[in-house]
Amino acid sequence: MTLSETPVASEAIAGPERRSLRHRLADRGVDRLLLLSLPASLFVLVFFIYPSIYGVVLSFRPLKPVGAFGNYTHFFGDPFLRGSIVNTFRIALPAAIFNVLAAIPLAVVMRGAVKGQRIINTILVIPISLGTVLVADGLLNYLGPNGWFNRVLMAAGLIGHPLQLLHNQWGVMLSLVITGFPFAFLLTLSYISGIDPKMESAAATLGAGPWRQFWHVTLPLLVPGLAITFCLSFVLAFSVFPSATMLGNPNGDSHVLAVAAANTAFQQYDFPMASTISVIAAAIELLVIGAVLGLRSRFYAGTTTGKG
Amino acid sequence: MSTLQGAGVHGAASWRITRILSLRWIVWGAAAIFFLNLLGVIAVVIANSFATHWFGSWLPAGWTLKYYAQSWQNYQLSGILVVTLQVAFAAVIVSLLIGTPAAYALARRNFPGKRLMMLAFLLPIMVPPITYGIPLATLLYKLHLGGTLTGVVIANLVPPVPFVILVMTPFIEQIDPRIEAAARMCGAKTWQVFLRVLAPLLVPGLLAAALLVLIQTVALFELTFLVSGPGSQTLVVALYYAVFASGIRPAQAISAMAVIYMLTTLVVLVVTLRYVRPTQMVGTVR
Repeated sequence: MTLSETPVASEAIAGPERRSLRHRLADRGVDRLLLLSLPASLFVLVFFIYPSIYGVVLSFRPLKPVGAFGNYTHFFGDPFLRGSIVNTFRIALPAAIFNVLAAIPLAVVMRGAVKGQRIINTILVIPISLGTVLVADGLLNYLGPNGWFNRVLMAAGLIGHPLQLLHNQWGVMLSLVITGFPFAFLLTLSYISGIDPKMESAAATLGAGPWRQFWHVTLPLLVPGLAITFCLSFVLAFSVFPSATMLGNPNGDSHVLAVAAANTAFQQYDFPMASTISVIAAAIELLVIGAVLGLRSRFYAGTTTGKG
Repeated sequence: MSTLQGAGVHGAASWRITRILSLRWIVWGAAAIFFLNLLGVIAVVIANSFATHWFGSWLPAGWTLKYYAQSWQNYQLSGILVVTLQVAFAAVIVSLLIGTPAAYALARRNFPGKRLMMLAFLLPIMVPPITYGIPLATLLYKLHLGGTLTGVVIANLVPPVPFVILVMTPFIEQIDPRIEAAARMCGAKTWQVFLRVLAPLLVPGLLAAALLVLIQTVALFELTFLVSGPGSQTLVVALYYAVFASGIRPAQAISAMAVIYMLTTLVVLVVTLRYVRPTQMVGTVR
């Protein structure tokens, strides 16, 4: 009798215990509904997070027996490979800075209900949706020595002989402006539309002219958005690939990190080395993003005081 | 402007106004130059595709349609178009099927580790494909999926799945959960709540997400380039190889192919813009 009673008693204790665990989990938002996120989580885990980790691991396993850091020492020891970092910065940094700086005045002018805003936005979305390959193909014809760009400049008497814009960094940078500027502009526009115009009105009632309104009110409020815009623009430009091979000089000054990685993978079939280059590229992107966001927090903290 | 400058306080004010106005015109002028160049880039491809010969002149010597036929045959564009559409629609359907339930869970529950999960979904959109594309391609080749249509579809799902989640989560958040509660109180089963209450409310969001995924997938170059093989190239990758191997075929045939690609994209874009604001096409990544 005592033997048969014990399991009943233990169940009576365990029952509410188990229920309460489920309840406690449910209180924190963990219940069966979360299973709905399982397929997507698994997908991202298997085809994004795992490959990323796999790439890092692979980079420490060189094909030749040169030690775990062999690929990295090879990359930084080879002037051609090492130079791809400089090449990438020399193309990506001017392009990203130009795109963001050019986006600000246009976004200021286009802010609010400007006539034809929708048409302008639609035109700007076209290069984004066409993609870099088509833009590069168009620029190949457009920027050539006999292309319309040089012809117009020569007909206008601005230049004596055609500018050499292809097969060097200019072509690559111009393609990054054509696809990157609309991106930077539309992002900036969505950030500037989020700023309450009453802020400037308040500044105006205190006697601030348009410049001071912009410089002391709009711009500080826009800085956090601009930092994100710059990060995204920079990362886009930093990973430039098809236009670098099509418009640039992929064996010279347009030998950017993405070209180096793709060539290593598909011409030399050295996937560990290609992964190494990818890891280096990702690390540099993270460093730049971290620096910009770090600066942003400092800048923003100093100027929000007037936001009140 | 200069006549007003010396006219005292009133003059200074109007000088400032003219300065602002002229700044406005400088901005518009710069935008116009950008648009003209963009138009030129697109028009030069279209003009070249219809050209008989075009060398060293403003416009082609004559016009012809023959390069479209040649391009269609030489590059086997019908096959490539079929692959492109298969990949794009598979990406749209699968990403919606996987992404929407996850978005629902994220919109309705707060749980430990939710921020980490959101970060994991944000990264594939923020990180450029070329950085994780090579390890992903290596993995897919190891799984014997490299070069196959399945492999290309999987690679083309990596940005859309998180993208659908990021678009749909705020959309579901603004649907009042009391509507679902009311339906349940009236005796609706779970599947009925989903099909007859939630689904109709979700349609606008699903449509926007589907079109955005469609337009991104048609233009997604890097991942398809890294994973595809001879039978699984999409239009944009085929165009890249055609430009790269130019010299073998006439330049007009390449331009004709570019125009066909452009038309595909523009059709999707026109449909997309009927349901989606242009700023939405970049604004979801924040």
